[in-house]
Amino acid sequence: MSVREEVLSLLGENARYSTADLARQTGADEDEIEATIEALEDEGVIRGYQAVVDWRRIDDEPVRALVECNVTLDRETGYDDIADRLAKFPEVESLRLVSGEYDFSMGVRADSMSAVSRFVSEKVAPVPEITQTVTHYLMTTYKERGVEFDDGHDDDRLSVSP
Amino acid sequence: MNPSERTQRVPPSGIRRFFELAEEMDDVISLGVGEPDFTAPWSAREAAIDSLERGRTSYTANRGMAELREAIATTVDEQYDLDYDPDEEIIVTAGASEAIDVAFRALLDPGDRVAVAQPAYISYVPGVIFAGGDPVRVPTREEDAFKLTVDTLEAHDAGEADVLVLCYPNNPTGAIMTREELAPIAAFARENDLTVLSDEIYAELTYGRDHTSIATLPGMRERTVVFNGFSKAYAMTGLRLGYALAPPETIRAMNRIHQYSLLSAPTTAQYAALDALEHADDAVAEMRTQYDRRRRFVLSRFAEMGIDCFEAEGAFYVFPESPWPDAEAFAEALLDETGVAVVPGDVFGAGGEGHLRVSYATGLEDLREAMARIEAFVE
Repeated sequence: MSVREEVLSLLGENARYSTADLARQTGADEDEIEATIEALEDEGVIRGYQAVVDWRRIDDEPVRALVECNVTLDRETGYDDIADRLAKFPEVESLRLVSGEYDFSMGVRADSMSAVSRFVSEKVAPVPEITQTVTHYLMTTYKERGVEFDDGHDDDRLSVSP
Repeated sequence: MNPSERTQRVPPSGIRRFFELAEEMDDVISLGVGEPDFTAPWSAREAAIDSLERGRTSYTANRGMAELREAIATTVDEQYDLDYDPDEEIIVTAGASEAIDVAFRALLDPGDRVAVAQPAYISYVPGVIFAGGDPVRVPTREEDAFKLTVDTLEAHDAGEADVLVLCYPNNPTGAIMTREELAPIAAFARENDLTVLSDEIYAELTYGRDHTSIATLPGMRERTVVFNGFSKAYAMTGLRLGYALAPPETIRAMNRIHQYSLLSAPTTAQYAALDALEHADDAVAEMRTQYDRRRRFVLSRFAEMGIDCFEAEGAFYVFPESPWPDAEAFAEALLDETGVAVVPGDVFGAGGEGHLRVSYATGLEDLREAMARIEAFVE
């Protein structure tokens, strides 16, 4: 793996690794690591750093839903135009064009179920190109971005072994 | 009852003592563990579950399921250029440890001399003694990066032995041997008519270069028994599955003992192993990537502390010099005062004195914390 690939892989695993620890793990020096991260950010490869949160463990857990959207296109309006418009809503956490039965898969987050419903019925459904929406409320997250949300398994190995 | 004289000759393992010391303490970060911190690939575990659901709970053929032996033959050929006939030259055992024990019993007559390159995995010398052989310890040297050399062999009259045991990639040092470095050892074995027992359980875990089996050197296949297994590469230690590769007459002799003691290796584990060989390449590659990062991390940290540590290129151990000449005293004090467990090198035999075995089969968070505690302790 190149240093660039190593850095991406390591930050994907833990975005809080210090440059010193990244250097130790890759064998590159710290200046090279810093330059690599800067280049990845400048080129838009790295778009941000966020914690993976298990919201169930938070008192006021937000409500999240996946909304399937079907759209019709015309000569003036393509997928990108519609996506551009939808992505601007702060309630929209993620937006992806997908293959299959529907066109967009939209992650929505709000404070309550009624707030999510209101957002979908008042802001999304009225968009002229959107022909249909199906809203799935998220009930339990078991795994997100590779992290399992169980209680983890304790290390049951013998503490010293041959 | 009186235990036999030969069991009395073998002292309990030094590992045991450190295990007991560590068990008495809370909040220990252990760098003393000789097994992966990963779990077996899910697809292999699922294959084991599936075999139980299908009621595959009988014995298998003594030498292991034919399908598994075929898969082993294909894998060792592709990965290490080892060409063995699955019907005649492969035996599946309960861990590589059983294969090693059975090999000693199959090959040794009373008083046969067995040269054991050390420091090394703790079972070889006891295995030789239990089989009635006479162990000759051959200490490798730090200045040779713990590789075995002809000089060392000659210095300990290993040429007069009947059998030579070596383990590369090495537990506890992490040393590996390249084809060029193995060539003079192979020549020495041929000249002195030595049988070579080569424990290659860590073969999948080399960093930066591929593993070479001594059995692939000219004239060595007919005098070598290769041991490998699923414990380390596939993180399947508790499933207890290994195998040996050797010419037909040796496998026949080993099977004679194996069929009367074990009958066959655990069936559930054989199904898991079969799946691992067929589906776990990516999982193994991912584990290797993680180990390599931790290896570099730990080596960098020791370098920053000014602790001498040769660059280990295999297994999941580094073998730094103990900051105190008495490694055992250091390891005990370190455990006592910082809760970090490492194993003193002398536990692994001659040549290990003054060193520590540090296992990096532990997540990076714990490694980072353990190294910080070692640094503070040394200062």
